[in-house]
Amino acid sequence: MNLSNTASTSSHHACPACGLLCDDLVVDPTSGLSPATPCKKAQRFFAAALVVSNSSPSLAGKACDLNTAVQAAADILSTSQQALFAGLGTEVQGMRALLSLAEKCQATLDHMHSEASVRNTLAMQNSGWQTTTLSEVKNRADLIVAIGTDIVSSHPRFFEKLVWNADSLFNKGKPSVVYLGVDKADTAALVVAADQARLPEILNALNALSQADSRLSKLDDTALIGGVPLASLKRILEKIQAAEYAVLVWSASQLDYPHAELTVQSITQWIAQLNESKRVAGLSLNAGDGDISINQTCTWLSGYPSRSRFLADHLSYDTQQFSSAQQLKSCDALLWVSTFNAHQPPAYAGPIIAIGHPNTQFERPPEVFIPVGVPGVDNTGTLFRMDGSIALPLKKCRDSHLPRLDHVIRQIEAALN
Amino acid sequence: MIIRLKNARVFDPTHKKDGVVEDIYISQGRIVAQPSDASKITSSMDLSGKVVMAGAIDMHSHIGGGKSNIARMLLPEFQASKHYSEPEAHVCSPHCGHHATPNTTETGFRYIEMGYTAAFEPALMPVNARQAHLEMADTPMIDKGAYAMLGNDDYFLRMLASQQDQKAINDYVAWILHSTQSIGIKVVNPGGINAFKFNQRKLDLDENNRHYQVSPRQILSSLSRAVHELGIAKPLHVHCNNLGAAGNFQTTLDTMSASDGLPMHLTHIQFHSYGKEGDKQFSSAAAEIAEALNKHKHITADVGQILFGQTVTASGDSMVQQRNARHANPKKSVLMDIECDAGCGVLPFKYRDQNYVNALQWAIGLELFLSADDPWRIFLTTDHPNGAPFTSYPHLIRLLMDKHFRNEAFAKLNFDAQAMSNLLSLDREYSLYDIAVMTRAGAAGLIGLNDRGHLGIGAAADITVYTDQADREAMFSKPDYVFKNGELVVKDGKVIKVVWGATHTTKPAFDLGVEKDLSAYFAKYQTMQLANFKISNDEIADDGRGSIVVHNKQATSPQA
Repeated sequence: MNLSNTASTSSHHACPACGLLCDDLVVDPTSGLSPATPCKKAQRFFAAALVVSNSSPSLAGKACDLNTAVQAAADILSTSQQALFAGLGTEVQGMRALLSLAEKCQATLDHMHSEASVRNTLAMQNSGWQTTTLSEVKNRADLIVAIGTDIVSSHPRFFEKLVWNADSLFNKGKPSVVYLGVDKADTAALVVAADQARLPEILNALNALSQADSRLSKLDDTALIGGVPLASLKRILEKIQAAEYAVLVWSASQLDYPHAELTVQSITQWIAQLNESKRVAGLSLNAGDGDISINQTCTWLSGYPSRSRFLADHLSYDTQQFSSAQQLKSCDALLWVSTFNAHQPPAYAGPIIAIGHPNTQFERPPEVFIPVGVPGVDNTGTLFRMDGSIALPLKKCRDSHLPRLDHVIRQIEAALN
Repeated sequence: MIIRLKNARVFDPTHKKDGVVEDIYISQGRIVAQPSDASKITSSMDLSGKVVMAGAIDMHSHIGGGKSNIARMLLPEFQASKHYSEPEAHVCSPHCGHHATPNTTETGFRYIEMGYTAAFEPALMPVNARQAHLEMADTPMIDKGAYAMLGNDDYFLRMLASQQDQKAINDYVAWILHSTQSIGIKVVNPGGINAFKFNQRKLDLDENNRHYQVSPRQILSSLSRAVHELGIAKPLHVHCNNLGAAGNFQTTLDTMSASDGLPMHLTHIQFHSYGKEGDKQFSSAAAEIAEALNKHKHITADVGQILFGQTVTASGDSMVQQRNARHANPKKSVLMDIECDAGCGVLPFKYRDQNYVNALQWAIGLELFLSADDPWRIFLTTDHPNGAPFTSYPHLIRLLMDKHFRNEAFAKLNFDAQAMSNLLSLDREYSLYDIAVMTRAGAAGLIGLNDRGHLGIGAAADITVYTDQADREAMFSKPDYVFKNGELVVKDGKVIKVVWGATHTTKPAFDLGVEKDLSAYFAKYQTMQLANFKISNDEIADDGRGSIVVHNKQATSPQA
């Protein structure tokens, strides 16, 4: 008996447009996503992926065949002493191939959204965290506290699928929603407006208020903390205390100020403290472009998440030094990968090998451009969801003749001098 | 093409060979009979004086999946601690490591260098199965397999609470084995991980999960029966309630009766053998547990020995890990509730020989090993990485085989702990034959790998060749040769050829009608489609490296 044969091939497409990885989509190879799909982000993603503007590899803007482009890329990497592999917008199979090539080239690896994911990684590596996953949110969460994010801008179907759903296992009541530090007109929710930059102060106050003998709680309710009246913070806390299973949601990419990892840590330590007596869990929204998959794959294959460098005798990990921003100052070649979206490489004067979405536009034509298939549209693949526990297969929904990233990378590896 | 291994001193308990000197012939990856035509022998290796065993099998080691990778991500400082001087016998490749969170490449290399040719991930979470298999697919050199975790998933607990019949439960269990490409079923803190999501902090064997009003005993009874009736060789793999708690030995003793006499395996039993005698209210109950184990022939156990040093504990038992988080060293922990399926808790831990509890844990593990009569029913594990990294197995083997060495180590322990242990009175020393039982024949038999763990005709030619040394740690750290499926892959403790092992599974027959209700459940309550939950054969075999081996045995007919 082979269970795999029972799966339908026309539906259950996992959508790589955001970290929710909704897999209830039906994609038509010609007309694209059904217009009934209630997600503008998915609509845009499939519309962009299904129009192929440029399927030919090129050298400095001049069309060439794939083998020529592969050899040119290999030549650049063979002479390079300090290559930067950046972007890394791919899924598990692509990252497996890129790691192998990086080891051969002794390259530095950094994902395009590491600036955000490193905030989470640093907080986690310093004190750990307590988190949950989407099905737990759907079935258990009776309170969503969105911190510094409205959630739907980056993850459009979050509330539709997980919060306002009619079906849940434990007959929970209608969940409440709190927005903290978000300018949101929502009369059904508790909205506590605050300046993003003052979230650290506010979260530290919430941590303190949660302690039994908090001196802060003795202040007058009108006292302002981070610009927010104490009464509003107490109200948030009351809601959490009254909930059976509160979920605190943050987005590391939207906490965009220096040392925002400390804000993430304030949230996670607050959660840890609340769990001494009740159940509360965290949920981090990812930034996309395979960020979770890259971190996972790098970690099991190399031991480290994003921002590492292969050296002759070991792998080095440094979330500051190996950022693209730092490395672009000193690297001697840039391999830019972005397969899900047509993100263009950063400004860089040295040789650029760009491999990715066929629609990618360039400020200057890169030395080598190899358009490859979009995972989940042109190729199969494996992608991790935002919560890190679920990996889903990405399906191919049309035959575009665009090569797979992992195949191209392995060909480059084979062509190295 | 036939390879002859000449004058091997064979330790093969499956065939009751205890140091018999004979020749072994290998052809096409298998052990074959002596060829009638000697000219077919293409190469010959003289192994005079060498100790030869089948490749070792680790029946419980957390090598792949969510919590292993969380442990790596949480502890980048471990990656830097390469090139340990102990055990010195290791020969390292440039990117090697001997720490508690090896990457997948290191995992495969370190195992094969010690003569292990298979390892089994004991806690594959069904919703996380794809990740576990991805990681295992990237683990070279060894065969692998997994036990799927059930007993805390809301689907099963709903079935139990609504008193569905055993056949429905059997079908679900079989469906999970197929869907997750697993070879056994595991239950971690039965009902407890689920109860923790409802803020229950402790769950005893006969205490009800608050929401479902079912007890761990009911869960164990139902799952052990399903495993038995489906004809799965591997007995239900049980991580008991109350792990690590002083006085938990009573739960463990009571659990032995929870399967109503059906086979059941109690894992990392060291962590479940604690009394609460003495000034510190923490004592060894190894004698009671070993006595019960000796008496209850349907029970098997692995020890989960702790060894001193830095490691990380990675467990599905979020309820207990929440309680343990205050002992984390360094102080950090990751705890997760996962997908109405299970949970996990990962926290670093440093076992210290001058700490009373740690020292006693060390002694309790060894007391269990030495007091359990039947090496076929007790298995050598450290619950990698929870008690110690698997790379410390050679050290553990020496502790078991060398009383003098053991007693010297004991004398260095915390004095209060020494006073609470009877270890010095246990004179037993394991023999090479006993070690071969525990790490080869017994493990293969337990899991149902009929063609592994022995050196009989037809067996896979997974063979380890050691130089007999008085220092058993040195001996087991660095075999002279290791053959994987008949290919010489390790020479003098160093990998000379990279190969990719198979994934062992079991696929019992079942009624596919079970998917009707599951489809509705997934559509209503889960956040992925049922079709995407299932791991296809192609996903494991598609890159040309992986392959699936199915081990099936006859099912017994469901009892009325």
